Amino acid sequence: MECVFGLVGNGFAIVAADTSAVHSILVHKSNEDKIMVLDSHKLVAASGESGDRVQFTEYIQKNVALYQFRNGIPLTTAAAANFTRGELATALRKNPYFVNILLAGYDKETGPSLYYIDYIATLHKVDKGAFGYGSYFCLSLMDRHYHSGMTVDEAIALVDKCIMEIRSRLVVAPPNFVIKIVDKDGAREYAWRESVKDTAVPAA
Amino acid sequence: MARYDRAITVFSPDGHLFQVEYALEAVRKGNAAVGVRGTDIVVLGVEKKSTAKLQDSRSVRKIVNLDDHIALACAGLKADARVLINKARIECQSHRLTVEDPVTVEYITRYIAGLQQKYTQSGGVRPFGLSTLIVGFDPHTGIPSLYQTDPSGTFSAWKANATGRNSNSIREFLEKNYKETSGQETIKLAIRALLEVVESGGKNIEVAVMTKEHGLRQLEEAEIDVIAAEIEAEKAAAEAAKKGPPKET
Repeated sequence: MECVFGLVGNGFAIVAADTSAVHSILVHKSNEDKIMVLDSHKLVAASGESGDRVQFTEYIQKNVALYQFRNGIPLTTAAAANFTRGELATALRKNPYFVNILLAGYDKETGPSLYYIDYIATLHKVDKGAFGYGSYFCLSLMDRHYHSGMTVDEAIALVDKCIMEIRSRLVVAPPNFVIKIVDKDGAREYAWRESVKDTAVPAA
Repeated sequence: MARYDRAITVFSPDGHLFQVEYALEAVRKGNAAVGVRGTDIVVLGVEKKSTAKLQDSRSVRKIVNLDDHIALACAGLKADARVLINKARIECQSHRLTVEDPVTVEYITRYIAGLQQKYTQSGGVRPFGLSTLIVGFDPHTGIPSLYQTDPSGTFSAWKANATGRNSNSIREFLEKNYKETSGQETIKLAIRALLEVVESGGKNIEVAVMTKEHGLRQLEEAEIDVIAAEIEAEKAAAEAAKKGPPKET
């Protein structure tokens, strides 16, 4: 149901996530932002148990900030990914977090990078990755159309292809998506893709 | 193990806590630190004893940030300071995590003072040998604040204050010359106060400035030299003015 996917392009990394918050058969809200800005140049796109998702990603965010205050320089993307994986691994055999994460970041020295971190603390550095039922479609599409060094426009076109595929082929397809990008200028929201807008409640 | 539980800080017959007072002595031996609160800016200045030629001065930052909107300078035992600063930084992030709000200056000051007090009432430990000057902006109202804590664990808010070596002289100067200032005027006041007890020049003082928009900014040596020169010029002009009129009559 929850779909998160991302890819690395030429000097940037892009992640997209669905924005539905679901509990059993009820959709709580359809504009839940699941891509957290970890620090100025990192994005964490998370999916899974909603309590764990928020708790775990906020915990990582505050620890990344603490590192920066203690040491005067920010963590690299690789270091942040390994720290995240370490926390998941430590909790795994006691009280596991059910959160899947795609961590996208930009480092001045090494450029853009994307890390696949699943809930049992698997860590892979990847060019493209996806979680959820949507991954069955996204990974195939990305395998077909992805090439290294894509421009932002090419990458967005591929992201849109993936969103279209999810919408048309997944039985409980999430209606709305948010896309965020990280490059040398920082991490920021790129666009929303909404097919269902929340209507404003008229005044009584 | 029982031997380490014996309290080190105990009351004397006339009601003093000598360990705390000795800690204050350690503070008095530490380098001078001054803090001034302006209307839209807070300034911290610290005396920099001559750095050894082979030492990398960048690794000896005396004014540190605890969070984006809070900074701290201290006088006394620097190793104790490291421990206290680390705990304070963790508390700043912990506060953000649990209540989704940045700390207020008062909150983190109360926390640090609380820590310092705890070590005056625990077994087998000695008090922290430092006094801190904590500056920052309230995250919601944007009002600047300056607080001071000391080894006993007391804290209070100030318009301007000094601690460490010759703090009494600096405080006297501030009491005589303090007025509500903003921006560059506040920086000048802080540097003037520090130069009362420190040799003039950018090499000997470290100054950092915090504003609501830009956070903490360390002043470059060159910048400090420029301001110090301005202050010298103003002093010389004031001296000349004093001597001038009598000759004309």
